[in-house]
Amino acid sequence: MGRLAPWIAGAIVMMALPHVFSSGFALTLMSQIGLLIVFALAYNMLLGQGGMLSFGHAVYFGLAGYFTVHYLNFIYEEEVPYIPVTLIPLLGGFVGLFFGILIGYVSTRRAGTTFAMISLGFGEMVTALTLVLVAIFNGEDGIQTDRVIGEELFGVTYGPNIEVYYLIAGWCLLCTLAMFLLTRTPFGRISNAVRDNPERVEFIGYSSQRIRWLAFSLSSFFAGIAGALHAVNIEHVGFEQVSVLQSGLVLFMVYIGGTGSFVGPIIGATLLYFLQSTLTGVTEAWVLYLGVMFVAVIMFFPGGLAGLITMHQPIWRVHARLLAPLLIPYARFFAALVASVLGCIGLIEMLYFRSSRLSTETELVIFGIESDPFSAAPWIVFTGIAVAGGFAVRKTLPSAVSAWNTAIADARVLPRG
Amino acid sequence: MESFIFAMFNGVLYGMLLFLLASGLTLIFSMMGVLNFAHASFFMLGAYFAYQISEGLNFWAALIVAPVIVGMVGAGIERWGLRPVHRYGHVAELLFTFGVAYVIEELVQMIWGRVPVPYEIPDAMAGALFTWQGFDYSIYRVFMLVVSVAIFVALFALLTYTRIGLIIRAAVSDPTHVATLGHDIPRIFMWTFGFGCALAGVAGVVGGNVLGTEPAMAIQLGPIVFVVIVIGGLGSLGGALVAALIIGIVTRLAIFYDYGVGSLVLALGLEIDTTSMLRDFTRITTAQVAPVLPYLMLVLMLIFKPRGLFGTRDV
Repeated sequence: MGRLAPWIAGAIVMMALPHVFSSGFALTLMSQIGLLIVFALAYNMLLGQGGMLSFGHAVYFGLAGYFTVHYLNFIYEEEVPYIPVTLIPLLGGFVGLFFGILIGYVSTRRAGTTFAMISLGFGEMVTALTLVLVAIFNGEDGIQTDRVIGEELFGVTYGPNIEVYYLIAGWCLLCTLAMFLLTRTPFGRISNAVRDNPERVEFIGYSSQRIRWLAFSLSSFFAGIAGALHAVNIEHVGFEQVSVLQSGLVLFMVYIGGTGSFVGPIIGATLLYFLQSTLTGVTEAWVLYLGVMFVAVIMFFPGGLAGLITMHQPIWRVHARLLAPLLIPYARFFAALVASVLGCIGLIEMLYFRSSRLSTETELVIFGIESDPFSAAPWIVFTGIAVAGGFAVRKTLPSAVSAWNTAIADARVLPRG
Repeated sequence: MESFIFAMFNGVLYGMLLFLLASGLTLIFSMMGVLNFAHASFFMLGAYFAYQISEGLNFWAALIVAPVIVGMVGAGIERWGLRPVHRYGHVAELLFTFGVAYVIEELVQMIWGRVPVPYEIPDAMAGALFTWQGFDYSIYRVFMLVVSVAIFVALFALLTYTRIGLIIRAAVSDPTHVATLGHDIPRIFMWTFGFGCALAGVAGVVGGNVLGTEPAMAIQLGPIVFVVIVIGGLGSLGGALVAALIIGIVTRLAIFYDYGVGSLVLALGLEIDTTSMLRDFTRITTAQVAPVLPYLMLVLMLIFKPRGLFGTRDV
């Protein structure tokens, strides 16, 4: 029962969410997050569990999307057998699987940098082809479709966004469960072993290349499902979906969320897509913040956000009250960090404001305060906050680290419960 | 024939520009094991710095100063960014440079805006040096060729005949051994990284005004430079030169001689079904596939000969 609890809780949350946030924007946002979770988890089958860094995994996501859009249009023209939209994602999955088996065969012979390079090569190649083969990919415009192709069970048509949300939520839960169970199978374990030491795996009689190929194909299958869900949700697929930018985005999601644990990609996909869709309208500098976040994660906490949480697992496993002494040092460090980050954001926003020549406004609103980037005062204030915050971060970090060290040492000494 | 020579000239020129980028990248990779994803971003920085300096001073000052600044930026990023990440392994280092490429592109947009900047060819070199068989060979393009050949010769001499070159070559083949001989390997790494970035900066200074100085220039060129060093064989400067020239010439010839598959199909006596989804396969022209060719070559090379043309070790 204890093992099932997170899944039941997840299902209940997914059921309840559209009743709490029912606006059109929120529904599309949550749908998109749902399918990106599937994509991110599929990607982590490669990066986190298989040790393969791919710069071209959007190929399987995007090609499945293109296929889905075409199939829906063909159903509309009655040229292909009818498949209910409920099951269309499975079709996308098989498209992803097909290309995964095909391209995986040549690209998984080696791991590490070679694999990364080949994946980049295929990614660039497919992106360039989408602009050449206009009849299939329709160039930069992409292809439109209509997901309403007929009435399905219980009168569901997938016209309203809410029905699509539940479709995506259902597939998301199913795929997440499947991918989680995969990590518990002998295949999942041996895939981790191939990541850590392919040579030893060969010694106990496995072919590490075939394990990588299998992991790659399965990952492409789930990426294909996500791509088909994307096509159904947006009703449009363009070359952006296969491009290296999309591959980079999923890499950012997975890495910032944390590659080391199963929930990492879920956290990363949810957080980053939420930030992206809310911030792109507010700031021009979103991609800069994303890049800086990514670099900061690599440099300072390579375990990602999930890694920060699992760092404390041994402590609260023993007793939750051991976390209490951490609160004040953490709060101090966090306050300093927030201050320095806010200062930097202010400076960056003013720089962007000054450099965008099209801007006709003269007043820039940062954090609800009107400030004039062409006068000295806001520059002094934000620089002051950033520098003071930076010093405070350096000052408060040691006590936060030593608090964690003490807590973990206490947890080792104390008995459980 | 005349047009062939002209296309070859442009191909060699483009190839030499690719080589300027690839030489630094392959030095960095073979010594540190770091595939510098941000290498083309330093190329872009070179072009933007050159634009800024030639606005204030002139092109010749930019040619000297901009690569030095780019090299310093590169060395700084290695010292304070890459070196701490080193302990997490090569994949983390590769990811770090991937993130840096994003950040540099955004910073460039923040400072110089999203539209291309008017970085022009210097007036003194605007005209044609000579006209041969109806094609103009501009002074600037010949100058680019001279600069890149000069750098290739200087680099070759530096690595072959000087003590610094000796240490660098030794560090490429066996860093730990060189460290035991008392050389400060992290410092050699830092300066090699900076030097490689400075070479990319030179390419930016001389190439930015021909290829266009815009925020997307790094993304367009970056992956192709990877292709060059893989096809040439990692760690091999000669291989990088040959591969850069092959890719430069092949892509330029493909654009210049715009042959289509359709004419081949018709020549074979087959009919073209103009309503089929696959109709575009018969309409593909060599100019259209030119951007795909390098990646096709990369994939084929990695499948059949992972060491590349002149490489001595696997990727």
